[in-house]
Amino acid sequence: MELKKAATAGTMESGDVMVTLCPAQEGGVDLSLTSSVQQQFGRQIEAVIRDTLRKLGVEHAQVTAVDKGALDCTIRARVAAAVYRSAGETPERWEEL
Amino acid sequence: MTMDKNALERIPHIGEIRHRGPFAGTPEKHTATFQDRSWRQNKVVGSLEEAIRRTGLQNGMTISFHHHFRNGDHVVNQVLDTLARMGFKNLTLAASSLAAVHAPLIDHIKNGVVTRIETSGLRGELAEEVSRGLMDCPVVFRSHGGRAAAIRSGELPIDVAFLGAPSCDPYGNANGYSRDDSLLACGSMGYARTDAKYARQVVILTNHLVRYPNAPWAIPEYDVDYIVPADDIGDPKGIMSGATRYTKNPKELLIAQTAARVIDAAGYLYDGFSMQMGSGGASLATARFIREMMLEKDIRCRFALGGITGQITAMHEEGLIDRILDVQSFDLDAALSLKNNRFHHQIGATYYASFLSAAAVDQLDFVVLSALEIDTDFNVNVLTGSDGVIRGAIGGHPDAAAGASLSIVVAPLTRGRIPSVIDRVNTVVTPGAVVDVVVTDQGVAVNPRRPEVAERLRAAGIPVGTIQRLKEKAETLVGKPDPIRYTDRVVGVVLYRDNTVIDTVRQIAEP
Repeated sequence: MELKKAATAGTMESGDVMVTLCPAQEGGVDLSLTSSVQQQFGRQIEAVIRDTLRKLGVEHAQVTAVDKGALDCTIRARVAAAVYRSAGETPERWEEL
Repeated sequence: MTMDKNALERIPHIGEIRHRGPFAGTPEKHTATFQDRSWRQNKVVGSLEEAIRRTGLQNGMTISFHHHFRNGDHVVNQVLDTLARMGFKNLTLAASSLAAVHAPLIDHIKNGVVTRIETSGLRGELAEEVSRGLMDCPVVFRSHGGRAAAIRSGELPIDVAFLGAPSCDPYGNANGYSRDDSLLACGSMGYARTDAKYARQVVILTNHLVRYPNAPWAIPEYDVDYIVPADDIGDPKGIMSGATRYTKNPKELLIAQTAARVIDAAGYLYDGFSMQMGSGGASLATARFIREMMLEKDIRCRFALGGITGQITAMHEEGLIDRILDVQSFDLDAALSLKNNRFHHQIGATYYASFLSAAAVDQLDFVVLSALEIDTDFNVNVLTGSDGVIRGAIGGHPDAAAGASLSIVVAPLTRGRIPSVIDRVNTVVTPGAVVDVVVTDQGVAVNPRRPEVAERLRAAGIPVGTIQRLKEKAETLVGKPDPIRYTDRVVGVVLYRDNTVIDTVRQIAEP
């Protein structure tokens, strides 16, 4: 999917993650993650974000994620919502992600 | 009249009768009125510096404090600032606990004024710094019962105790409230009683000098050497808030309800039972469900023990609880009840939980305790957070768990993304050998040591699973956390209630 503009999904509430995307032409996914559970889950959160972007066909992007202990399903949902908002598209079925 | 020295020699067996020689007359009797006398001849000294000088405090000695003012305490910082100004070094600070408000100790540690700490817990910036290696000598963590035992046995000798008191008369009768006025600063001063009794010298800091006799007292005058009037011993807002409210969190209510059902099904809710509720939303809320069951069964509780809240005192005033044994009043309602109700008793730390003597915890039917982490061997951690940083206090956790016939540990299965039930707790505070039942919002597990309890719960229709299953459930939800990165350096030593070393806390590795 092609990112067209900066987009955000999620909140700063406990149990959520706020994901901000900016389109990029090159350089792959530049991810900046801060998490309240960085030490225990930082590695896994980063893997989930990168995996979700790859599945949605996003190759280059600047990603900022501020995590407040979100579960993997929440992280996937927030990343996907940000990608669709940035691309200006709506998926047929969210569940398939 | 005096006694002739030779008269003694005519007494048979005089060598075996212990005496202090012949009567030699009395000192001059005083004739001033009691009123007049009590404001002139007393233990009040002009300043903290003067009191410190008179105690004979030396470098390298041990000073102690109580934590009844919680996060509103201004005594520890005030005394340490003064000691630093007077040039003292190399002191051991032995507090019954320390809170976030004590962050200024960091500078006194860096400057060598304080080189050792003994406490039940640490929080805030000071805890963070200790976890990052602030001190050469590890902090010693003891339970309330373990501390009381160590002070009495001489393992933790106290040279000078500096005890803040919301009321004190000119001879040293001190308390956490006063019957002469409406003051209700902290209620019980149970933990300070041990320090007052065993410290070599005792200094009371008070913002409220009242008339003799300040009865009832937490600390009797014969345990007190000096009294320092101080403008400010604490911030009332930090010392105590109004009534502790029942939690509205549905998860915690579910846990509390299940815990109450477990107690009943296990056979410990009978006419004349005894109980303790630990701090924390779910454990406090258990009292509410216990109350409903008591009304239904028409039974009474013989005594409630420990840190006391308004929920317990309301049940006492309702006639459901005969006696309250209060080592620490958690809210204003509890403090008010201690002042007004004759069967609401103030007890000291030794009476509460010392293993060296029969203690009140040994008479408990059940206790409901919170936990940060529980492992598959039922070990409990209440001291270090999931990031390995010190952020809590042992309190009476292991004491009550060991003493109660049924110890129930309550926790949500996960807190945000952090699992509460895991393979191995970061720090063992209470060993699984004294933990009987774990209650979470996602299920109940009974220690295999207590098959009869599991049997009774199943018979009552409460689903009982294994602790391994709870751990797997948590993992399915949140994933498996990466292990905390520590260095090899030990920054904290955790003692069990018998003062044996049960675990250590290591310095966290910088990312």
